[in-house]
This record gives sequence, C-alpha cells and structure tokens, in this order.
Amino acid sequence: MEHKRISIFCGHYGSGKTNAAICFAEELKKTCENVVIADLDIVNPYYRTSDSKTELEEKGIRLICSPYAGSNVDLPALPQEIYAITDDQRIQAVLDVGGDERGALALGRLAPAILRENNYDMFMVINMYRPLTPDADSVLEVKAEIENACGIPFTAIINNSNLGPETTPDDVRASFAYADRISEKTGLPIAATTVYPPIYEAMKGEGVTCIHLQKKPFDM
Amino acid sequence: MSEKVLMKGNEAIAEAAITAGCRHYFGYPITPQTEIAAYMAKRMPKIGGTFLQAESEIAAINMVYGAASAGKRVMTSSSSPGISLKSEGISYLAGSDLPAVIVNAQRGGPGLGGIQPSQSDYFQATRGGGHGDYHILVLAPASVQEMAALTVKAFDLADKWRMPAMILADGTIGQVMEPVTFDFDIAPAPEKPWATTGTELRRPHNIVNSLCLQPEELERQNFARFDRYAQVEKEEPLCEEYLTEDADVVVAAFGIAARVSKNAVDEARRQGIKAGLIRPITLWPFPKANFAKLVGKTKAIITVELSMGQMVEDVLLATKCRIPVEKCNRAGGMIPSSERVLREIVEASQGGEIPW
Repeated sequence: MEHKRISIFCGHYGSGKTNAAICFAEELKKTCENVVIADLDIVNPYYRTSDSKTELEEKGIRLICSPYAGSNVDLPALPQEIYAITDDQRIQAVLDVGGDERGALALGRLAPAILRENNYDMFMVINMYRPLTPDADSVLEVKAEIENACGIPFTAIINNSNLGPETTPDDVRASFAYADRISEKTGLPIAATTVYPPIYEAMKGEGVTCIHLQKKPFDM
Repeated sequence: MSEKVLMKGNEAIAEAAITAGCRHYFGYPITPQTEIAAYMAKRMPKIGGTFLQAESEIAAINMVYGAASAGKRVMTSSSSPGISLKSEGISYLAGSDLPAVIVNAQRGGPGLGGIQPSQSDYFQATRGGGHGDYHILVLAPASVQEMAALTVKAFDLADKWRMPAMILADGTIGQVMEPVTFDFDIAPAPEKPWATTGTELRRPHNIVNSLCLQPEELERQNFARFDRYAQVEKEEPLCEEYLTEDADVVVAAFGIAARVSKNAVDEARRQGIKAGLIRPITLWPFPKANFAKLVGKTKAIITVELSMGQMVEDVLLATKCRIPVEKCNRAGGMIPSSERVLREIVEASQGGEIPW
C-alpha cells in the first residue's frame, strides 16, 4: 500500500472518518512497525477512536488521545503527546480528526509542521447518504470550511457512502457518480471506495476496499 | 426528504421536527444532544425558520412558551441537568395548556452526573417533572427511525391534547447512526383559536396564562385538565409486544434497553426458553392494559433499565404486584449487556412455578 508518513482523515460529521482511520491504521501495521493513531476529535465525546483502545493496543498500535476521552469529563483538550506526530519522523501517523470545520480546528495546531515536512495525505471521507452532504456542492462547502479551519489542503477522497449495516451493493454503486463528480470538481483522486464485509464478496471486482465496523453498544 | 439517509438519532429528531412543520427551535448546548442544535442551526436559516441559542435553558424554555402561545409548532432539546432547569417552564406550559415538544437525551445523574447514556429521568418525565398537578406526553424511541416517527407524533399529540410532549431518548440512541426515511403523512396542525396572534379588532383578546388566584377556578382548571388526561390514558398508550403471547418470562424495557433486551430474547428463544419482550413506546400514558394482560400467563417479568429501577414501579402497579418482577439494571452511564439480560432470563425461567 502506498502511503505517506502522515495520513489525516477529515470530513463531515458521521461520514465514517473514525472507522476508516482505524481500519487504515490496522492495514498500515501489517507493513510498518511504528504505527500511531491520534484521536484529535475534540467535538464529540461519543463514537471515537478511543472506544477501540483495547483492540488497537492488542494489535500493537499506539493510541494518542485526550486523557478524558470516553470518560465523563467532556473537555475539549488534547494531550501533549500529539506533538510526537510531527516531531518524531520515525512513526507512521494516522490522524482521526473531528467532524466539520469545528473538529478540523484542532488540526490547525499541527498544520505548519505537517506542511513543512510535506509528507502527508489528507483524505476527505464522504458519504452520499448523510443528509447534509447529498451532492457535490454541499461536499464542496464542507471541504472549503474544513480547509479554512485547519489550513491544510485535502489530497484525496475516500468514498465511504453507506447506510450502515443495511447497505446493499446497489447503494454503493449508486454513489460512484457522486464520488466521480466530487473528484472532477475538486481535482482530487478517489483513493478508495470502502464497503463492509457482508457486501464485499458481491463487489470484489469493482475496485472496492473492505473495512469493518466498530461494535455498537447493543450488539451481542 | 423521502430517500433513505444515514443519520444520528439526534439529527433525525431535528429533521423530523422540520418535516412536522416546526420552524422555531430554542436551545442551549449540552452533551449528548448538541447535534440537534447544530443541525437546526444549519437548516433553519435555509427554510425561513428560527434557530436561537438562548443564554440558558431557562431562557430557551420561556421562548418556547412564547412561540407556543402564538400557536407555532416549537421545539427545544436538552439533556438531564438541562431538563431540570427547564422544568419550571414545562410546568408553566402545562398550566397554560400549551403544546410544545421537548427532547431529553438523557445522561447519567443525579446532579451534573456524567455524559454517558441513561434512563434515570423516567420519574421526572412521567410524573411531570415540575411543580403542580400535571402530566406531559412521554414518548420513548428505540431506533433512529423511531426518533423521527415519534417526533412527528409528538407534535401531533401535543396539538391534539394541548399538552407539552417529551421525547425521552438517551445518549446512545441520540448518537447511533442508522438509516432513516422521512416519508410521513403530515396532517396540518389543527386550528388554534386560543392562540395570541393579534385580535385585529375582530375578536375578544386571548389570554395565555398559568396564574389563577381564585382557588375555586384553579381547582376547576385542574379537574378539567385531569378529565383530559383520563381521555389521553384511554386513547394514546402505545406498546410493542414481541413474542409475549406464550412467554413464561417477559422482559420489560424501553428505548436503548429494549434494543439490548430484544437480542437477549432472541437468544433465549434459540435456547428453547419461552421469552418475550414488552416495550412501552409511550411512557405516559403508560400502556397498563398490555401489562395487565400478562397476569395469570407470565411467570416472571424482568425490567431492564439504565437507572436504579424507575419504570419497574409502573410495571408493579400495572400488574398489581401479581407477577414477580426482577430488576436488571445499570446506572451512571453504563448499559446492561445482552448477555447479562440473557442470564437473568435463564435464571427466571428456572425459577419454577409461582406459588399462587
């Protein structure tokens, strides 16, 4: 897998950034020794990278997150270790950034160093089935807001269009034109189209990447 | 929006309110319901509606009072500590017979508590919450689709009965993402001849007020209101029954706890245990008749709640304590696991015959 030293996942609320970032880090770990995933989400205390702490640690992936993440302290704080991402160039870093421009603001602190080193990918995770990003124009609006907030331009798109566990292959296929249109308007390449395991078999020949889903609290 | 979309429960509430004709939202941020306000902030200006972040919960609920008095469909949302702050205003709404929709995405308490999901505001919601003799309609969604459907229903019921209606959700259902559609049949809001919309010198002026200093008159108002509540209790209880027909053990749970419990019931059935689920959808009016029917059939009821046990009291009342009831509860933001509910079902099913 081609990858830069720093891989950043940004996008609209609920586009699937966290899920994509975790799966990407797990994939990286297969070829790289020193993989670090950083949870920069200071907006939402629910459904975040740190929920998968145990799974990540079992796989040998280091997690950097707010000491308060997943606790009952709802503080928009980041730990000092986040500077390791830019200071320690031996690590392979995956950054899971909070939703929309508010979430991306936290990334701005690292922007000068990231741009100086210039060895990053910033993926815009998109989902056509999210009500506020149903078309290219609305995605472009979110894209501009995020880039303005963090000061880093996107480098590629990840099409994660899905309706949760009920997603059918046709739902995913229906998003190809949407992703193409966004790619055309932004000039950004589509790095991956992601699907969940139940439909991966049916779509194998269509250039899709398989990612798994985080467990929900009422799953058995 | 008739296409299927992927939404958080909180967003579904906001979009459903807009679908139901709500154009006025007043709120104050608090985890875990802030997405409702964030969504309204983005959508309302685009459709000619009002989004206003008030200076406090108390200000927000009084803005709701104002918009409701003017006959508008209006909503506010908060989470547990914020609902306590709004309770004075909710009592005023009830005392003025005003329809409005209030969302409570519950978090663990008491006090400031935590930010993880909870159901420990059951007493507060179903007993009114504020001072005085009153009830509000309380609806408990268990999925994102139901967050949307029950929000639409809350507006209809509130207008129909001139009562505040509450969506009693929790942090998990608010945050979880599921597919949802919005193709609801939206009935137009009923005429509101009582609304303070300006007389244009064509009618006597309307007064919306909860102050009444004559005890005889205030008593008359209370009795009249409770006659209406009796009608609501007769007409509006909603309940889902799942495999209860032949069930020896029935799990009683609402909202997120019912999601957990349904998985456990399915697993118990696979193991050959006759288990069922009874899920109140309206918590007030409580579906008493559905529970009363279990008497003489069901050997045990297990109540699953994200609280120290609150709905359990309504279950005991509705069954007149004639079925043994076991609690399976977590508190403080913890969610009972399906595995634990299953263990309780297995245990209860081995409990033998009831001695009466």
